[in-house]
Amino acid sequence: MAHSMAVRQFRFWLTNYRRTWQGTIYSSVLNPVLYLGAMGLGLGTLVDKHGTSSLGGVSYIAFLAPGLLAATAMQTAMGESTYPVYGSVKWLKTYQAAIASPLRPTDLFHGHLLWTTLRLAMNSAVFLVVMAAFGAIRSAWAVVCLPAAVLAGLAFATPIEAYAMTCKKETSFAMLFRFGIIPLFLFSGTFFPVTQLPVYVRPLAYITPLWHGVALCRSLSLGTAQLGDSAIHIGYLVAVTALGIYAGNRAYRRRLYA
Amino acid sequence: MADPDILIRARGLTKRFGDFVAVDGINFELSRGEVFGFLGPNGAGKSSTMRMIGCVSPRSGGELTILGLDPARNGPAIRARLGVVPQEDTLDVELTVRENLLIYGRYFGLKREVIRERTAVLLDFVQLTERANDEVEPLSGGMKRRLTIARSLISEPEILLLDEPTTGLDPQARHVVWDRLYRLKQQGVTLVLTTHYMDEAEQLCDRLVVMDRGKIAAEGSPRELIETYSTPEVLELRFALDEQEQAADKLADIAAERVEVLADRILLYTANGDATLDAVRARGLEPVTSLVRRSTLEDVFLRLTGRRLED
Repeated sequence: MAHSMAVRQFRFWLTNYRRTWQGTIYSSVLNPVLYLGAMGLGLGTLVDKHGTSSLGGVSYIAFLAPGLLAATAMQTAMGESTYPVYGSVKWLKTYQAAIASPLRPTDLFHGHLLWTTLRLAMNSAVFLVVMAAFGAIRSAWAVVCLPAAVLAGLAFATPIEAYAMTCKKETSFAMLFRFGIIPLFLFSGTFFPVTQLPVYVRPLAYITPLWHGVALCRSLSLGTAQLGDSAIHIGYLVAVTALGIYAGNRAYRRRLYA
Repeated sequence: MADPDILIRARGLTKRFGDFVAVDGINFELSRGEVFGFLGPNGAGKSSTMRMIGCVSPRSGGELTILGLDPARNGPAIRARLGVVPQEDTLDVELTVRENLLIYGRYFGLKREVIRERTAVLLDFVQLTERANDEVEPLSGGMKRRLTIARSLISEPEILLLDEPTTGLDPQARHVVWDRLYRLKQQGVTLVLTTHYMDEAEQLCDRLVVMDRGKIAAEGSPRELIETYSTPEVLELRFALDEQEQAADKLADIAAERVEVLADRILLYTANGDATLDAVRARGLEPVTSLVRRSTLEDVFLRLTGRRLED
């Protein structure tokens, strides 16, 4: 019963998506093309000339692409978990309408998580196809990057969604983006190895979910994945997601059952 | 449950928000097929009560049984049998009229074909058939309200909860909504509504409770309440502003059951308004305007609380 109730809310997001899907397809294709073109090929040419031993001896685009895949999942998660959720409770009040039906706050949360999972899978799949087109994939294990990127995305989506349900003002999201998402995007090993950071800053990178997502996707795409490291990355991301789900259940209940 | 026709039973029902007591130990019962109203000013605790009945707000104390079930444990099962028209429109304005009903019907687990059939009937009922495929955003306030009513009926609820169903509507739109609610009443739907409009309560409610500051001040049918707490007639007098105070003094001991001095008028509660007006004139007072009317729930409220409803 609980499962099917979340699916009812998932269907709502699907119906809603029918009117906006064109725009999202455009950006989910264009985003990897532009990034891999400019950074991977453009900047990559310069990087590769200087030798890539610190990148593990692979071309810059092969190093960068799986990192960007994980970072894109984070951005998708951020987009899906902030304004759509906040708007449902604050502007449209469709969440208030939904809880007058048999659905519970938890069902709304899980329904939206199902939806976010689908969006993460769609964007990551498109990204992987573009990666392949750029010749940035080194191993067949790259296929596993799809669930890995989705998991990395969920490690962001669940706590951010919990946070969004507690927000009273939408300006909170701009702050989160500026001081959370952008620094993570730049310093979590997406564009350069974390080992290039000063020693005392590195632990900060290691505790961010994005670094684990980046490291996992990269090792899969390059075919260098080790069982032990991968288990740590996956375990960490699962743990963050689980905490996010716990916090989200609580935040949804508190906000909607006053 | 002893009596299957008692759909809602509340005993000592209480809602607290921190130190603030929004609903203060109220008792009421709702029977199948009746239209039951909560009448009171803003902040009386009506909406908090409605949210507890709607199983979206846990009670802080007391007992509440809805359709024989406890909302604290059986929320989803109860909500599956309720229809809710909230005070604020909660339609998805980005979707069409039809899509709003589809999504909502799906929330109740209804099949597409069932929703399609009911949508046709309901849109006809609320006179929105021609707008079925339009987006909700540009609809007027009255149309949105009617669509919200249609949406609340998609699951064929046993009890329909309406929180301030016509607040914010212009008089014409209000009358259209009243007409539709009256038809539902004729069809035997059990309605619970809150309102701070006495005319709404008088027209629609079989039985109502007057709420004030979280408590129930009185209970009965509109007629019973008026008979118990007011007189058959009311004489309303308006004096020139500088004469009102003086006139009030002179009228203090007149042969009326009760005298209410408001900011802009004086109300005399009496069995015979014309006779009382003669008595006023006999004291040498000449009001600027005078009006004899029948008592309303507004008078009941004024008597019970010392305040007016729509302040």
